[in-house]
Amino acid sequence: MSNDTQHVDSVGTYAAVWIALLIMTALTTSVAYVNLGAFSIVVALTIAVCKMLLVALFFMHIRHSTKLTKLVVLGGLLWLGILLSLTMADFATRSWISM
Amino acid sequence: MVSEPHVETLALREQFNTPEQQKDASGLGMWVFLITEVMFFGGMFAAYTVYRSIYPGVFGTASRTLNTTIGALNTAVLLCSSFTMVLAVRAGQLGRRKQIMVFLILTLILGLMFLGVKGYEWNEKFVEHHIPGPTFHMDGPGLQNHAQLFFSLYFAMTGLHALHMIVGAGLLSWLLFETYQGKFSAAYYTPIDMIGLYWHFVDIIWIFLFPLLYLIDRHGG
Repeated sequence: MSNDTQHVDSVGTYAAVWIALLIMTALTTSVAYVNLGAFSIVVALTIAVCKMLLVALFFMHIRHSTKLTKLVVLGGLLWLGILLSLTMADFATRSWISM
Repeated sequence: MVSEPHVETLALREQFNTPEQQKDASGLGMWVFLITEVMFFGGMFAAYTVYRSIYPGVFGTASRTLNTTIGALNTAVLLCSSFTMVLAVRAGQLGRRKQIMVFLILTLILGLMFLGVKGYEWNEKFVEHHIPGPTFHMDGPGLQNHAQLFFSLYFAMTGLHALHMIVGAGLLSWLLFETYQGKFSAAYYTPIDMIGLYWHFVDIIWIFLFPLLYLIDRHGG
């Protein structure tokens, strides 16, 4: 968003991203009915992360942002990662200690 | 930057050296706010992950009662609203007032459509007695108690998301009013840009809520 007075993306670029997002929504919905076992979470979340990246990079203009903004966003995701991974590290290993 | 001194908001505040720096500061501030929102929702995603790992079977059964078709169509509606929102921001960059108005109105309509469909889904839960509380009813071993956990999280997460949508609809209405009054130009459209970021953020939250609540247990059972 920082320098987007100089970076006006074309309507075509946005339309391509929009179509890609709709296709991925259809894909993730139909693939959910295929029995992939534990992999269905992996597939669903991979598609969700791809959609997030498209929205963040193109619609939220991260690719035109300053380095400082990019760093702040990555830092935010890092803290989210700490929240989720340490919480799960706790819950996933509680059964290791027998009562 | 074209200066239009009659528009007060265009003025470069004294703490900034250049208009670009002022704009970057707004963007950075908005992102810091959005990250606090990510952590806010992150706590709920963590709670969902924990309880889903403790009661995988019950969460699967409860998840399969949700209507995937409606969920997917609503996801598409929200993605369309993000597309029209980014076109409104683009119209702001180019200073095209009429286009800003058109795309903001479209975004608002799509946002309200999403909320309407969400309301319809919540109503179905009332009809099916899937609201956590004394009237909750679901047949099956362990379901009566633990499925309420799923639905509590379902309502908390989709409810908080819908609350953000309602706030977003209010912000869009305010933007419409300001645009109508001619407050924005190619030189100053920061509020459209910032509210655009907020709207896309709310979209991203739904991009994760949809597969986690509706999809990942679909094949089992």
